[in-house]
Amino acid sequence: MSNPTLSWNLVKDVHELLAYQFMVNALEAGTIVAVTAGVVGWYMVLRRQSFAGHTIAVMSFPGAAGAALAGVPSAFGYYVACGVAALAIGRSGGAARRGGGRESAAIGVVQVAGLALGYLFLSLYSGVLEQLQTLLFGTFLGIDRNQVLTLLLVAVVVLAALVVVGRPLLLASLDPEVAHARGVPVRALDVGFLLILGLAVAATSQITGALLVFALLVAPPAAAQALTPRPGLSLVLSVVFALLVMWVGLGVSYFSIYPLGFFITSFGFALYLVAKLARYAAARLARDAPPGEPAPAAAV
Amino acid sequence: MLAHEFIRNAYLAGTGVALACGLVGWFTVLRGQVFAGDALSHVAFVGAIAAAVVGVDERVGLFVLTLGLAAVMAGLGRRAQADDVTIGVVFSWVLGIGVLLIAVLSTGSSGGNGLIVANTLFGSIFGLGVGQGIAAAAIGLGVVLAVVAIARPLLFATLDPELAGLHGVPVRVLGLVLLLLIGIVTAEGTRAIGALLVLGLIAAPAGAALRLTSKPYLGMALSAAIALAAMWGGIALSYVVPSLPPSTAIIALAVGAYALASMASTIAL
Repeated sequence: MSNPTLSWNLVKDVHELLAYQFMVNALEAGTIVAVTAGVVGWYMVLRRQSFAGHTIAVMSFPGAAGAALAGVPSAFGYYVACGVAALAIGRSGGAARRGGGRESAAIGVVQVAGLALGYLFLSLYSGVLEQLQTLLFGTFLGIDRNQVLTLLLVAVVVLAALVVVGRPLLLASLDPEVAHARGVPVRALDVGFLLILGLAVAATSQITGALLVFALLVAPPAAAQALTPRPGLSLVLSVVFALLVMWVGLGVSYFSIYPLGFFITSFGFALYLVAKLARYAAARLARDAPPGEPAPAAAV
Repeated sequence: MLAHEFIRNAYLAGTGVALACGLVGWFTVLRGQVFAGDALSHVAFVGAIAAAVVGVDERVGLFVLTLGLAAVMAGLGRRAQADDVTIGVVFSWVLGIGVLLIAVLSTGSSGGNGLIVANTLFGSIFGLGVGQGIAAAAIGLGVVLAVVAIARPLLFATLDPELAGLHGVPVRVLGLVLLLLIGIVTAEGTRAIGALLVLGLIAAPAGAALRLTSKPYLGMALSAAIALAAMWGGIALSYVVPSLPPSTAIIALAVGAYALASMASTIAL
């Protein structure tokens, strides 16, 4: 791949791209990550837990730095750090999405504690300035078969857990009081969801990096929820959007000298803008049209 | 210790940054806008990288980007408080631009780029010059005076926006002013303790103060005092233990204060 150039023949381009094993690995890993992020992110956006999600996402930085210092595989560090952060946030109430200032302060404190530790690990483990950028902004090069298999395993666990708790979690997210009255263990679901989020984030950030995993978690679901208030449809849309952003991002960044993270965040942002504009236009139409069909509910 | 000029500069800059963070942070936490502060501080790093790419002073990039994003956030939300999903989508995109700029920077120049990135993300309070120290102290003082000046109406607008609006308090404008102040604080704090860590001085001292007292003015003073103590203690600690980076020491003390305050308030209940 000395000099990849994009031709107008898309079939040929894709064919060229798939000729490399590292690209096939990247596409497989990206697909797994996108499906997981699309589903988990959908619940995160629905529950208004973006701040918690972002905080758990950046925890993979201290995780990886600590693992490098301790001499264990970095994936191990990712999972431990994200799990600990999920528990710490869950312990502090998990109610930050309801806008409580003190809870959001607690999440912020968890985040900077983790980042400060990460910086300490990094400076103790001297000479990894180059790695810092990879940790924070990710790389899709050099993903091997074992990583793909691990990602697949994590994705299956995460998705299976969400299949089991999906319906009660949806109820608990939309209306905690009613859910509690019906005997749904709201509090346990709060912590459980944060742990699922932590697992998904730890897996995803190995490819997208600690700072950009969040883009994949928030933009596709936010776009999907802006387009339709129906849970099932927007969940499917969210996964489709995440896959689209990931595949197009990988394809473009193969032919470009610029990093994957930029393309993923930009395509995600563009999707979100288009979805918002579409909803705005639909709302205008619905207002002008005679009443009958209710305007889409404000999901975002 | 104070015989070293870089330590004196660190104390000068640190004092201004800490007092400003503590005061602004108290309102940030009270209004539940920590995520907005988080987003503003993380994009500050993109501003610094952009300034390095364009070749202008770092401060220009920091202030342009944080103040710009603060205005955007205020414009997007009701009562100048943006929705958390909107914040998340916008700021993850800005981070993506930061990645692009890092790539541009590293293709343009050979060395030094990793150092700029690390300094921006985690600060370099021991690397500030005299002029930078004085500037940071002056900006900090300006922010403190601004917060004191709008404290009363802002408090009213925070606790009961409807009533405040009826009394002619400009609720929206105050929300914008607070976001702009957060922008200034994060831009200046980025140079001292880094874009990723400045949130600690905004959230932790204020969170601790709000757990300890519900009296507003006492809480503000306490928040500023805790931030200042963390800053002074952190600088001294890092001087004594050279392997401990100053930013980590400062944040460790602030987080410790928050943990102690949480325990104290739990026991008191």
